[in-house]
Amino acid sequence: MFKQRLLKAALASVWFMVLTFPLMGIQLNRVENVIHWRFDRIAMLGAGIFVLAMLWHWCFERRALGLPLIKLPDKVVNTAYSLPSRPLFRRGLPAVILMGMLLMPMVSSIYQTNIMISALLYVMLALGLNIVVGLAGQLVLGYAAFYAVGAYTYGMLYEYFGLTFWVCLPLGGLAAVIAGFLLGLPVLGLRGDYLAIVTLGFGEIVRLLLLSQADLTGGPAGISNIPRPGFFGMEMSLDQVTTYIYYLVLGAVLLTIVVISRLKNSRVGLALQALREDEIACEAMGVNTTRVKLSAFVLCSCWAGFAGVIFAAKTTYINPASFTFMESAMILSMVVLGGMGSITGVVIAAMVLILAPEYLRAFSEYRMLLFGAIMVLMMIFRPQGIVSSERRRYRIPSERQSATENKELSA
Amino acid sequence: MKPVLEVRGLSRFFGGLKAVSEISLTVGEHEIVALVGPNGAGKTTFFNCVTGIYTPSAGDVLLHNGEKTTRLNGKKPHQITALGMARTFQNIRLFPGMTVLENVMLGRHCRTKAGVLGALLRSAATRREEQDTVDRAYELLRSVNLHNAYASTAKNLPYGAQRRLEIARALATGPSVLLLDEPAAGMNPFETRELENLVKEIRKKYNLCVLLIEHDMNMVMSMSDRIYVMEHGSCIAEGTPEQIRHNPKVIKAYLGEESDA
Repeated sequence: MFKQRLLKAALASVWFMVLTFPLMGIQLNRVENVIHWRFDRIAMLGAGIFVLAMLWHWCFERRALGLPLIKLPDKVVNTAYSLPSRPLFRRGLPAVILMGMLLMPMVSSIYQTNIMISALLYVMLALGLNIVVGLAGQLVLGYAAFYAVGAYTYGMLYEYFGLTFWVCLPLGGLAAVIAGFLLGLPVLGLRGDYLAIVTLGFGEIVRLLLLSQADLTGGPAGISNIPRPGFFGMEMSLDQVTTYIYYLVLGAVLLTIVVISRLKNSRVGLALQALREDEIACEAMGVNTTRVKLSAFVLCSCWAGFAGVIFAAKTTYINPASFTFMESAMILSMVVLGGMGSITGVVIAAMVLILAPEYLRAFSEYRMLLFGAIMVLMMIFRPQGIVSSERRRYRIPSERQSATENKELSA
Repeated sequence: MKPVLEVRGLSRFFGGLKAVSEISLTVGEHEIVALVGPNGAGKTTFFNCVTGIYTPSAGDVLLHNGEKTTRLNGKKPHQITALGMARTFQNIRLFPGMTVLENVMLGRHCRTKAGVLGALLRSAATRREEQDTVDRAYELLRSVNLHNAYASTAKNLPYGAQRRLEIARALATGPSVLLLDEPAAGMNPFETRELENLVKEIRKKYNLCVLLIEHDMNMVMSMSDRIYVMEHGSCIAEGTPEQIRHNPKVIKAYLGEESDA
């Protein structure tokens, strides 16, 4: 076993040294026209790869044997597993987090608050996408398009008709719903990869339309001077308005969590999950799959529309560059990393993916590299995401009976 | 006997291939009818035509519900299920990541109506409907003897239990005809025996008629009221188990012709 691992690691390191030799090992000095052979760097690289490969194969061997990667004392493991079921933890932790979130703008700087606002916006977007991708298992790649529809609805309605934030919020949602419905109706018959390609195309079409219809949308320059949300016509300083937007977004996120968890635990939510598990069986069991898919799609685009309006109000400036495919991919990876269909997981993943780059500026050069590595590792070692989707508990008849009996006994 | 499911001259072609040609079949009230035939005879294609997964190339599928008769051709699978026909699959198609109870609850989908708005508002009516769904699903699990496993994940059930769960899920749709596609495949003789009793029991309890595809001849002979035999897409024989047992065509299809050599 060990010998084999040694051999594989040695092979990997030699292979790497050969591959990277032209890049890392040869340095040209153009002035003196000499070549410096950097064998020291190659050797270091080889040693590094060797260690990493050993670790890599060790991880796989542990996994093949069904052992955990790190052996923790039983007590720690047991406590960790029982924590989520303890009432103090179940109620206490969300309460503590909520208190922290509520107090945050009072103690932190405007800069910090602004970062948190954008993180919360992404939480909202990711939870919205979670309906279609996480619950229903339909791959949608052009989610930023609906986000853009919401943002531009506010931007343009303000520019041309002077409508305010609170009027535009439902209108932005409505516009995104219409876009979602129009796109969804013809394409939801498609499955898997085909749906992904069509939605990817839709995302690009919307972005290009925004770019090319310059006299209507401002083209690449976008729309600027969009007003921040008002509060009964009160004049607010930048500080105050940031705090105000923060609470607004926090409220929106809480509302989103309530809506998504209710949807997930409903008749429609159950049908969506069944659709993800087995589409043919789902239809054969009497579920109108087109209709269920469409309602999920519409709700999901509605949420992106809301988030778009809030985004436009927060930044006061929008242009097509904010709604690229990168944006859709980012939101999608939040859902995938968080755990398909899990609300807690998606919230955690969205927070981490947005906040980590902000606080790890030192590593900003390696951001995409790290991001890619995390993605690959997650897909290999934990494909179900950070938190695997939790199942709801139902009250079965006999439990209810004993509950009423207990009541009678105590009475 | 009053027919519940009536198929008239059903054919299904794939290009030049006649997978099913001119099959006529009736299933009467309270009857258990079996459809047998060698591998590749077109039994599953026939099932898929009846349940709407394929559109029949020719012929009619009629469902009689009391005085009302509905033509099922061209209807979508979910519409056919809503009209009162439920099925199981040859290779089990449960929702593997969902719990046992949720699998059966999904079967109630077409008999309940709470929509997105109801889900978000959670009105009294929605909650009542939901609890009713849970209760009925649990009852059905009890009748297939899976109620103790209601909270386990479907994929973790043993094979035989998964088959029974599929039947419970089909029953949850409130059918008048139950179509079973090789329900005993992969079961040992004891489990097959159990399944046979289960099917007879639920037929009585839920007042159903059953159409089944099956390879296990012992099971087919002992439980069916009538048998249809298919070969190469056409029906070669029809009758009671006793008639089928002695039908020379059937013997030839199953055992081959006696050679003179």
